[in-house]
Amino acid sequence: MHMADALVSPAVGGTMWAATAGTTALACRRVRQGLDDRRVPLMGVLGSFVFAAQMVNFQVPGTGSSGHLGGALLLAILLGPHAAFVVVTSVLAIQALFFGDGGLLALGCNAFNIGFFPAFVAYPLVYRPLAGPGAGPGRRTAASLLAAATGLCLGAFGVVLETTASGITELPFRLFLGAMVPIHLAIAVVEGLATAAVVGFVLKVRPDVVEPGPAAPTPTSRLGAVFLAAALVLGGFVSWFASRQPDGLEWSIAKVTGRPATAEENAGRAATTLAGIGGGLATLVLVGGAGWALRRR
Amino acid sequence: MSRIAGAIVHFGALDTLSASGTPLHRLDPRAKVVTTLAFAAAVASFGKYAVLPLLPFALFPVALASAGGVPFGLLGRRLLLALPFVVLVGALNPVLDRMPVSLGPFAVAGGWMSFTSILLRFVLTVSAALVLVAVTGFHEVCAALGRLGVPRPLVTQLLVLHRYLFVLLEEAGRMERARSLRTFGGRGRGLPASGAFLGTLLLRTWGRAERIHFSMLARGFDGVLRFERPLRFGAAAVLFTSGWIALFLAFRLVDVPRLLGSFLAAAAP
Repeated sequence: MHMADALVSPAVGGTMWAATAGTTALACRRVRQGLDDRRVPLMGVLGSFVFAAQMVNFQVPGTGSSGHLGGALLLAILLGPHAAFVVVTSVLAIQALFFGDGGLLALGCNAFNIGFFPAFVAYPLVYRPLAGPGAGPGRRTAASLLAAATGLCLGAFGVVLETTASGITELPFRLFLGAMVPIHLAIAVVEGLATAAVVGFVLKVRPDVVEPGPAAPTPTSRLGAVFLAAALVLGGFVSWFASRQPDGLEWSIAKVTGRPATAEENAGRAATTLAGIGGGLATLVLVGGAGWALRRR
Repeated sequence: MSRIAGAIVHFGALDTLSASGTPLHRLDPRAKVVTTLAFAAAVASFGKYAVLPLLPFALFPVALASAGGVPFGLLGRRLLLALPFVVLVGALNPVLDRMPVSLGPFAVAGGWMSFTSILLRFVLTVSAALVLVAVTGFHEVCAALGRLGVPRPLVTQLLVLHRYLFVLLEEAGRMERARSLRTFGGRGRGLPASGAFLGTLLLRTWGRAERIHFSMLARGFDGVLRFERPLRFGAAAVLFTSGWIALFLAFRLVDVPRLLGSFLAAAAP
């Protein structure tokens, strides 16, 4: 799920922008080092493919509902983690700019939640060790399911952390996490099965596409450094948040029972509030007038 | 199919709008990108109960949409389609936060204020992003990003992605229509058939990428895409950026609606 600008505070948005900018710079350098300019159109067109594939619905086995491919894991399998991260980020940017899914400030959060975890965690640490070259269909499906679950649950965890750290919504951390993780596990089953089905089909028809010879190994030290940075950033947020609000639930209960505003305070404030509402309406009228004047030129 | 068709229509509408030639369209794209980012940051910087102080910020999307000839109906439809996640996450605020906030003679739960604030932030930031593309054009936004230091491979990726989005969406739309004509009662829409469907689309995409690469090579491609129009950050761009950012700062520091309200209250007998 996309984070929205409306739910992000500047501190969280800025931090995640910085994390994403660093990862993007690293990924872009690795993509350029590939020295293969065939990948320029390939990455672009695969981005369009993911976009189109997200709109093709299919029936989820065992249930009446329908689902669609997310695509981050598939991209990592086809292109490797670095190029996959760049492609996912570009798709998210288009979604934010053209469709209002996510937002400009939340782009960093989204690239991290939806791009980083599948490409740099789920693919190299779960999918590739389990489904090496020559793995059978069963093994591939299991690896896809596990990798999708890893990537999506970490992404959901990221959404919850970023939302609670921003403090715009009242959702308690545990309640939100308890809602997001099961939903994303269900999505992960669909994502894993769909990814395995597509990879299985392509392996049958054009195996050279999925297994393009020996890929350059991911430098583990650098990956570790990125991880450490992410852990520090997220850890910093959690501890800061935890120290301020020991328990989301207790805190909201204290709010329910605690200090209602007194009557005198209300009466005193009524006049200024009414003035505020009148002023708000006046502001909207002025804004509308400005728009009308600009249009009539 | 309807989702794909809807996406094609929406892309077409925004791209057509971005091709018109108002003075706002001709402004250096960097000015518009930087100002929109500053706008999003300013809106996000308010506390969670802020409703009234956010209202003046509507001036930015409204003024740009009006000067750039962007129809408000288009923005409204897109806002409605993108709304559900924000509502889902904010909807519990009125239940969880019951601390009374006085609103004239009434008192409402603080949660209602913060929920309204979330909806307002959503409308402001999303419409600003949509207006940015409509009055700038995606190609120009990418040029601006490149000049602002975004790594080259990502800029190239965005350009190629946008260029082939229509092609791939139309291809997927044709395949989806063909499938829906041949399926009945859910047969043929399951996972095995869909794997083959998406796999076929993927292989066609791959083949297309190879052909594109050959034709790019035939035209002298050396790994970098170049922009035709050199960007020039002129006086108008400086004025636009600094003027808007100064206005955002003023709106951030001064509660304009409250000021207007007390002024009106004083003027009224």
